[in-house]
Amino acid sequence: MGPKPKASVPRKPRDRRHWYQAAFALGLNAWIPSWLKGEIFQGGIKGVCVPALNCYSCPSAMGACPIGAMQTFFGGLRFNLSIAEKKFGLYVAGFLAAVGSAVGRMPCGWVCPFGYIQELFYKIPTPKLRLPHVMTYFRYLVLAAMVVALPLLIVDEFGYGQTWFCKWICPAGTLEAGIPLVLLKTDLRPLVGFMYYWKLGLLALFAGWFVFSQRPFCRTVCPLGAFWGLFNKGSLFRMAVDDEKCTLCDKCFKDCPVEIKIYEKANSPDCVRCLRCVSSCKFGAISYEFLGKKEVSPDLRVKTPAQSRRSAA
Amino acid sequence: MKRRLPWVLFALSLVVMAAGLLLGEYKTVLEKAITVCLDCIGIG
Repeated sequence: MGPKPKASVPRKPRDRRHWYQAAFALGLNAWIPSWLKGEIFQGGIKGVCVPALNCYSCPSAMGACPIGAMQTFFGGLRFNLSIAEKKFGLYVAGFLAAVGSAVGRMPCGWVCPFGYIQELFYKIPTPKLRLPHVMTYFRYLVLAAMVVALPLLIVDEFGYGQTWFCKWICPAGTLEAGIPLVLLKTDLRPLVGFMYYWKLGLLALFAGWFVFSQRPFCRTVCPLGAFWGLFNKGSLFRMAVDDEKCTLCDKCFKDCPVEIKIYEKANSPDCVRCLRCVSSCKFGAISYEFLGKKEVSPDLRVKTPAQSRRSAA
Repeated sequence: MKRRLPWVLFALSLVVMAAGLLLGEYKTVLEKAITVCLDCIGIG
């Protein structure tokens, strides 16, 4: 009597994305010696913008947060002040547009450490809440008001604008820089006041929300995601759904970290292009295209007759 | 024709970025990035 044949169980395609997310989180914050010294990294490469919401005041941050940098330019753009630099932030705006026009919101799904943190929190087993879609429009208000309008229009006693988003909202700054620096630098502790506790409270609220909802900060608040999402429809990297193969089974919707129905709008501004839907679709209906190359899930590629016979055996 | 738009946008973005670099904006970003941002950490 021969060995009992194993039952054929369809294997879930391996999702390696979390390894990329972990590698980018570490890579963007790789200057570990700063943690020991209680200082921030001050190397000459730190002027390079990173494609993520990663606070440059994090002790080990290797690059510049584009949202923080953009607000700095807007806050300093003063034509009524002779000493003010007349710089428009073309470097940062060009960087943001270049990333957006190449891959759209993809860095949100693969690079951003704060997005990764949200996904890790969501793994905590609790009842889960879906976000009403209307809340996702709030991020455009944050982008327009906190990153552009207020830094440009409201000035302080010295005649300059402030970094409103960083100051009042950004929980990534509190987590990556506020908490570590106040712990590491004793001279900062006497300066802790209302603003610090406000941001700490906001971070605590967000952290709680991360457990119950999928990527709530990215979807409702993040101005960087709001900006890159505008490029999703017209970027070089594109998602596509084959209507003839799609059975509307909603497996992609159930697996989507931003809860979108990709078969309704393949290049939605909400999509972070994590490609989970590509690998979860059993029918090979979802694909992506970049620089003329089209890909579907690796295990759904057309098989040769020999491969088909082997997998059927 | 439609697929040319992303390329045009991408090329334009690179030109804008290069213009910013030529105007010395890298230094402005660097100066901001190597200084502890008190606003970011909730102390400013």
